[in-house]
Amino acid sequence: MTLNELEIGKTAKVVRLLGEGAVKRRIMDMGITKGTAVTLRKIAPLGDPIEVTVRGYELSLRREEAVKIEVA
Amino acid sequence: MANIKIALAGNPNSGKTTLFNELTGSSQYVGNWPGVTVEKKDGILKGTKDVVVQDLPGIYSLSPYSLEEKVSRRFLVEENPDAILNIVDGTNIERNLYLSTQLAELGLPMVMAVNMMDVVKRNGDKIDFGKVGKALGCEVVGISALKKEGGLEAAQRTVELAKNATSSKKRPEVPHVFTGSVEHAIAHIEESIQGKVAQRSIRWYAIKIFERDREIIKDLDIGVGLMKHIEEHIRDCEKELDDDSESIITNQRYEFIQNLMSKALSKSEQRKNKATLSDKIDKIVTNRILALPIFILSLCVMWWLAVAEGGPGTVLTDWANDGFLGDGWHLPFTTHEVDGKDFEAASEEFAKAEATVKAWEAGEKTASIGDEETGETSDEWTVDEAAYNAAKEVEEPDPSKYGVWVPGIGALIGSGLEKLGVGNTVKSLVNDGAWGGVATVLGFVPVIFVVFLFLAFLEDCGYMARVAFIMDRLFRKFGLSGKSFIPMIVGKGCGVPAVMAARTIENERDHRMTVILATFVPCGAKTVIIAMFAAVFFRDMWYVAPLMDIIGIAIIVMGGIALKKSKMFAGEAAPFVMELPAYHMPTVSGIWRHTWTRLKGYMLKAGLIIFPACVFLWFIMHFDFKFNLLEDEQIAESMLATMGGWIAWLLKPLGFGSWQGAAASVSAEIAKEQATATLGLVAANMDGASTAAHVTNLFASFVPACVPEASKVAVAKLIAMSFMVFNLFIPPCMVAIAVTFREMGSKAWGWLAIAFQLFVGYVLAMSIYQIGLVVCGCGFGFWTAVALLVDAWCLWMVFRPARRTNA
Repeated sequence: MTLNELEIGKTAKVVRLLGEGAVKRRIMDMGITKGTAVTLRKIAPLGDPIEVTVRGYELSLRREEAVKIEVA
Repeated sequence: MANIKIALAGNPNSGKTTLFNELTGSSQYVGNWPGVTVEKKDGILKGTKDVVVQDLPGIYSLSPYSLEEKVSRRFLVEENPDAILNIVDGTNIERNLYLSTQLAELGLPMVMAVNMMDVVKRNGDKIDFGKVGKALGCEVVGISALKKEGGLEAAQRTVELAKNATSSKKRPEVPHVFTGSVEHAIAHIEESIQGKVAQRSIRWYAIKIFERDREIIKDLDIGVGLMKHIEEHIRDCEKELDDDSESIITNQRYEFIQNLMSKALSKSEQRKNKATLSDKIDKIVTNRILALPIFILSLCVMWWLAVAEGGPGTVLTDWANDGFLGDGWHLPFTTHEVDGKDFEAASEEFAKAEATVKAWEAGEKTASIGDEETGETSDEWTVDEAAYNAAKEVEEPDPSKYGVWVPGIGALIGSGLEKLGVGNTVKSLVNDGAWGGVATVLGFVPVIFVVFLFLAFLEDCGYMARVAFIMDRLFRKFGLSGKSFIPMIVGKGCGVPAVMAARTIENERDHRMTVILATFVPCGAKTVIIAMFAAVFFRDMWYVAPLMDIIGIAIIVMGGIALKKSKMFAGEAAPFVMELPAYHMPTVSGIWRHTWTRLKGYMLKAGLIIFPACVFLWFIMHFDFKFNLLEDEQIAESMLATMGGWIAWLLKPLGFGSWQGAAASVSAEIAKEQATATLGLVAANMDGASTAAHVTNLFASFVPACVPEASKVAVAKLIAMSFMVFNLFIPPCMVAIAVTFREMGSKAWGWLAIAFQLFVGYVLAMSIYQIGLVVCGCGFGFWTAVALLVDAWCLWMVFRPARRTNA
């Protein structure tokens, strides 16, 4: 399952990051690395982007980026 | 003692700006990093003369992907600061330390200032500074930038370290955060680049090469053979750990920090699962149903504050232009009535009396007053001899009788020149030319001030990030950022603060596109043009004014789509992985500093361009080529008229290719509403009793011979429409252009923005005129074909399939 498929309020651990280059590096730099717990907090009023909690702070990312994050 | 340079580095929202303000006070210098739109700030450390604090952009990492990070790391490795002051948010320490591990590897003396210690303590958390410092090889101190506690001491400690480092050869301990095989590979790389880089930063370079950082590898000019050898070591590691080298480094850094935190950070048990105040605010503000109404409400507040009729922004602007910089103003609360009338009523009475006298002496039966700029009449009445005699008795009201009257600077200069007894030329040069230029620059100060006060509040309290979150979906479609909405709303009032408001957009591409597009929304001054043309030509067409707004929005949407697909703005999509910082109450001094630095930047940079340009335009409007001073009405003999004649042919395809059309359009660059004033002047010797009639006849004289008699009036209107559209959508006034150049970060980008706007305005006006001509029975000509071809090309640029952007 990917991060965008997570239910609101649920937490999962990062299994794998797909993609490469700037987007992947940015996601990792912000603390979403293998084994990290991520909680889906909410979805923006227009359906995109999404807000997650990771390492104790709030992060927003678009669905197109969230689909590159496999969680379990 | 030589200069000491300290780099202030840290994550966004770590309190870096607050600390920077505390450290440098009013000695700040704000500019751009060369060639890019990223803001560059430096200042002198308080209490010293030779310590420069360089504020680096807020960054999360030293990767080669984002502009802020590139700028920062280039500064850190190339400009050799003497020490680093790393500010870290103590309430969000895990992610903040990620950058610290990278900064420490540079081998520079470093002090880590853990900020927001007051909040950390209040939460009941404890951080063991000793352990953190030992693990990262730097000194760690706790501060609270907001409460001004410990910041200055941390900076002084950094200076001491810098001084010690230059005297002793001892290098700081560089942390080793990676596992055995990675450290092994890094050691090998260090060995092979020995001598190529400064010894103290060798580990940083080695890690970058391990990550296959293209920029560093290119800069160091590592040969193919050597790279092959290094590549073997990297591959061995990747195979062993089953991941790519970049991920290995990032993962292990975070693992190292997690490990360290399990020893050095003790979180208060009771707080672990409690919702903070910030969480509660966010629940409401980004709520699925409430988010948009709240956002619109906050926009309305800003609109009212900055540009709405009767709001503080416009009241301040009027006061600045007419009062403080102009004739003068009454001190509030000192005004009183004389003979039962206040000053305003008395002034209007005098204006009416003046009109009556003028009308009667001209032999007319009716007199009227109205708006000078738009030509709209607000009042009309019949005059007879009795009224004339009564009107002659009305005296101009003396403002000083109606309250405490403070003369404006313009009036003071006028009377000062009067006393000196200088000639008319000098008087006009100083008062209209030079002072006019300065007043133009200063006249924008109130609205910029109000807009930035509000934006600073939104940014500092954390709402701006949510604006991007809420609006991203909509604006991404045409290549803009969620934050682009704000400049465009501001732009409806005034383009100058709009262009500057785009600063809040971090992504450079989105920022530049927003700057190019924001001024297409007709601003307040352009509304004056619309009002005049509506009054003179389009009385029965109520939809003209809203139509102009719709055209503006359409240009933004289509322009955004077209630009996004163009080569300049194509390329890898910028990731929208953005922190949503916790809400907090901004401080007054923080907001004030934020607003003031923007304002100062505007006055210095924009003023330097605008002032001479205004003087120049005034000069060519008021002098002929023999350098005789001309009255306003003699504009036909001015250099502007002659020069207008030179470029008139360029405007032929638009329908108003005459010196009058060119002169009005050029002079409109001082300030857009000048177009109407100049039109009135250049049309003054046309037939007709009023300015409106003059202008109508001027446009009638532009109608080409091929138009059949029955359509002549329609074509005159068509040309008026073309002229109006041209002046609304070509580059905005000079002040806005100057600000655009500043915000685009380089001359080339500035010219590109101007060229794009000129193109849009020209093509729109040409299409309206040429297609209208065919409809009015003038036949299909060469320019019709050109207009249609260009239109087709524009549509293709908008609707063609997007480029594949695999980088």
